[in-house]
Amino acid sequence: MKILDARGLSCPEPVILLRKAMSSMEPSYQIIVDNHASKENTTRYAEHQGYQTSVSEKDGEYTLTFTR
Amino acid sequence: METEVKLTKLAGCAGCGAKVGAGTLVHMLEGFRTHTDPKLIVGYDKSDDASVYAIDSETALVQTTDFFPPIVDDPFLYGQIAAANALSDIYAMGGTPKLALNIMCISETMDQKTVQEILRGGYEKVYEAGAIITGGHTIHGAEPLYGLAASGFVHPKKVLTNCNARPGDALILTKPLGVGIITIAAKADLADKALLDRIYRQMTTLNKTASDIMLRYHVHSCTDVTGFALMGHCFEMAQGSGCTIRIQTKCVPFHTEAWDFADMGFVPAGAYRNREYTKDGISFENDISRPMQDILYDPQTSGGLLISLPEEEASQCLRELQKQIPEASIIGSVEEYRESRIILE
Repeated sequence: MKILDARGLSCPEPVILLRKAMSSMEPSYQIIVDNHASKENTTRYAEHQGYQTSVSEKDGEYTLTFTR
Repeated sequence: METEVKLTKLAGCAGCGAKVGAGTLVHMLEGFRTHTDPKLIVGYDKSDDASVYAIDSETALVQTTDFFPPIVDDPFLYGQIAAANALSDIYAMGGTPKLALNIMCISETMDQKTVQEILRGGYEKVYEAGAIITGGHTIHGAEPLYGLAASGFVHPKKVLTNCNARPGDALILTKPLGVGIITIAAKADLADKALLDRIYRQMTTLNKTASDIMLRYHVHSCTDVTGFALMGHCFEMAQGSGCTIRIQTKCVPFHTEAWDFADMGFVPAGAYRNREYTKDGISFENDISRPMQDILYDPQTSGGLLISLPEEEASQCLRELQKQIPEASIIGSVEEYRESRIILE
């Protein structure tokens, strides 16, 4: 599984990072973000690409796992 | 003109998306003690677009300021957009801009040519509005900023506030929504040149024509749609006027590309702040798609006027507007207050 660290990045950088990574069409990805907008936007991008999302939150950081 | 250093790369947020959220602002100003003056017509206590101060029985001074980080890489374009956006507050009050001062912050990597082009963009746009820039203030900082402190005049009895909409009014919006979303998508190279040219043209268009036309009608209330998005500005208008605004979302003009970009997750952080600010004041009568909701919450830079006027005058006003601004639309109506400030259908 490819893991991306998007902490410290603001929109749209996390989505751009995820978009680049997803061009390799792997079955699962994980991304760590540290704000609500990035959590929402990366989720929507992944779901738009046909992935399913699971999220865990700890201390204001979100770990999102996308699988298909 | 492309500069060697991309202006938007120097900025953390784009355009009016950098605006501090309305909710945060209200919280920050809580308990702040203000003073007043008998000649002050619109001041601190109103969440309005500009302050208005009566000079005599015929003339009132309208003052406003607006500035933001680069929203485009072309410095001349950036200057024009920032100036059009700053002057818009004066048009929204029913006023005519006359004087402006530059507010500027330059970062170390900006060369002289870039700075000059930003200033030239601002100067030309202000001149187009029939006003002049007479000076300004420039500082060094980490992130570029540009905008104006602008002044204009209005007849004291003809001031258009954002808190006087009345039940029975229709609402007209004069520019399509979606520029915040498209600007974000452009950072991922998703927006083609034709689309960018379209939104640049829109953002550099003064609200002067829209204002000139609306002033021929009995407009009750007006504001310009900027960083708080259509929803935030409708919310302020409805709350200030003590009524409910009903929006027919099918009638709201927007750039269709913004719908697709929002669906892919290219939504400005400011849109989430706007959603949070208004969430308790909005009710949905129909299912409204998530991307359409994003468009309604999308922070606009140099957006259009939101005009509240008697329903019986709205069609004629719209016809006149559409001769010069084809995208202008009637997007909703004003009703007696009932439970929520905004009803979306």
